[in-house]
Amino acid sequence: MRRRRTEREIREFRARHGLLAPYTLWSALFILVPLIFVAYYAFTDNNFNFTTDNITRFFTATSQVANADGSMSEVRTYIVIFLRSLKLAIISTLICLLLGYPAAYIMARAPEKAQKTMMTLIMIPMWMNFLIRTYAWMTILQDTGILNGILGYLGLGQVHIIGTEAAVVIGMVYDYFPYMILPIYSIMAKMDIKLIEAARDLGCSGVSVLRRVIWPLSLPGVISGVTMVLIPSISTFYISQKLGNGKFFLIGDAIEGQYVANNLHFAAAIAFILMIILLVGMAIMKYFVNKKTYGGAR
Amino acid sequence: MEERKKLIQLKNITKSWEDGQVVLDDISLDIYDNEFITLLGPSGCGKTTTLRLIGGFEQPNEGDIVFMGKRINDVPPHKRNVNTVFQKYALFPHLSVFENVAFPLRERKLPKAEIEEKVNEMLRLVMLTGFENRSVTRLSGGQQQRVAIARALVNHPKVLLLDEPLGALDLKLRKDMQQELKKIQKATGITFVFVTHDQEEALSMSDTIVVMSEGRIQQIGTPTDIYNEPENAFVADFIGESNIVDGIMLSDYKVSFSGHTFDCVDAGFGRRESVDVVVRPEDVDIVPLEKGMLQGVVSSVTFMGVHYEIIVDINGFKWMIQTTDYCGVDEHIGIYIEPEAIHVMKKSEYSGMFGDYSSFSNELDELSDAESEIEE
Repeated sequence: MRRRRTEREIREFRARHGLLAPYTLWSALFILVPLIFVAYYAFTDNNFNFTTDNITRFFTATSQVANADGSMSEVRTYIVIFLRSLKLAIISTLICLLLGYPAAYIMARAPEKAQKTMMTLIMIPMWMNFLIRTYAWMTILQDTGILNGILGYLGLGQVHIIGTEAAVVIGMVYDYFPYMILPIYSIMAKMDIKLIEAARDLGCSGVSVLRRVIWPLSLPGVISGVTMVLIPSISTFYISQKLGNGKFFLIGDAIEGQYVANNLHFAAAIAFILMIILLVGMAIMKYFVNKKTYGGAR
Repeated sequence: MEERKKLIQLKNITKSWEDGQVVLDDISLDIYDNEFITLLGPSGCGKTTTLRLIGGFEQPNEGDIVFMGKRINDVPPHKRNVNTVFQKYALFPHLSVFENVAFPLRERKLPKAEIEEKVNEMLRLVMLTGFENRSVTRLSGGQQQRVAIARALVNHPKVLLLDEPLGALDLKLRKDMQQELKKIQKATGITFVFVTHDQEEALSMSDTIVVMSEGRIQQIGTPTDIYNEPENAFVADFIGESNIVDGIMLSDYKVSFSGHTFDCVDAGFGRRESVDVVVRPEDVDIVPLEKGMLQGVVSSVTFMGVHYEIIVDINGFKWMIQTTDYCGVDEHIGIYIEPEAIHVMKKSEYSGMFGDYSSFSNELDELSDAESEIEE
């Protein structure tokens, strides 16, 4: 039998839904509707007739590239671009994780005042527009830039970074680093210090406390961090143009290029495919992490 | 008593925080093999810090911690043959019941079959067989407590440290766990060092009680010693209820207080030495006015179930009497005290601070109990 709601429950139900209404509307209008538009454009041609051509084009379009020995070979254009984006994004994410995880740990264990200072230092670059940040890196990394200036002054020779994949990765790491460190830090700051003491008490050395307690408990933070860095860096477009001197066409650049060239339907198709791939990837990642984190404990 | 093996010795331990606050002030304590020893005291008396020093989570500023004859001041927690049951259990939320208990065994990289055997044995001991695959976050407080005990015992440490482990449990469960802990201690033969602020708990479970206050040890003894022969007014007041009055030792076995001279069983004080006299409320007998050694007026009567708690004004000092005889308020009564019921103590810094029931009220008592529940 269905339980009858109390009047109070009904009142609360109405109040809750009344308060939620603006957000529901907002989400529908600015998230759901645009997504539907993307899908709609992706599966239609210029006359808005249904077609899967845009999708097929992503997987089949080819172009000629020059090999090292000067000969030419044919490659699948967008697959190559996608894999290149994926590679650079994964490298950037890993670097962010390797730098961010220990930083978050140190931050969470620091005295409260130091924590606040470190947090501010991490946040300050985010107050600047990301175009400006990217331009700043151009002036640092240029062959005649600040970095080479310092190296030259110290007599350490010169490096050529601008226009390489390394420059693109540096730009991405710099831009997205806070998104890695913040979720990990917030989990670590909440972690009960007694759990670490308990692990020590039960025979764990420092390394094994990290491996057996801190790491598994911080995994949810790592997942958010990885997601928040990986996804924007896969679809980034400006950094590669400026720091990679346009030599490393990424999937974001492809979308932008098609959009600017007024190929809205194909741009939408690329965006749509990218979205699907990311969603599937995230679902797989989440599945394995949940299994690992709470394995056996039900 | 036959010779007992000293397991842990704390030698002149002093510990202070970085802000200069002294937590432990020159503490010396011997802990023997196979005993149930309780550190008892109010919040902030240093009992938890003492435990953490033994566990290796804190280091003394001065003094030595000796474990089985070896100085272990600098030995980190994971290399000490000591395990802890933490106040709020500190179970690993990402692991199942089985894996929590197996945690220290996996660290030692024992073979799978051996781990399984040991964990199952421990779960049997704490009566959690069948809960192996449960998430620890889905257990009740009492069950979490048992997992914490099993996890701490599975390595068969020489010493188990328990930091107010029953504090979060309700009264009934708490009584059951007290019995069970005592049983586990007997069964395993492991030395238990138990920290609590609950004097009843301490009295009912311990072989030895260490009463602490303000970073110093006030008394070490068996529960009966501590109750019957408290060393100073603090101990007398903290353990059970006490009437503590000023007295003068006239000679051996003769003490005068409240305007009357009593026979007693204490000796060895100076002639006419000022002393504190303790009389437990249950040791005071109410007699007809003319037969009383002292006379007083009843100022309040509270029914407690088993007995009445009567506050009597005797020459301006409020005494507490626990009796099964009913008296009316404002009644004039006589009281009688046996020589064995009188305990004489040397004056101490705590003299005059405790033992008068003039501001007594049950509500107030409960309030202050609730406050002391808050962890240190």
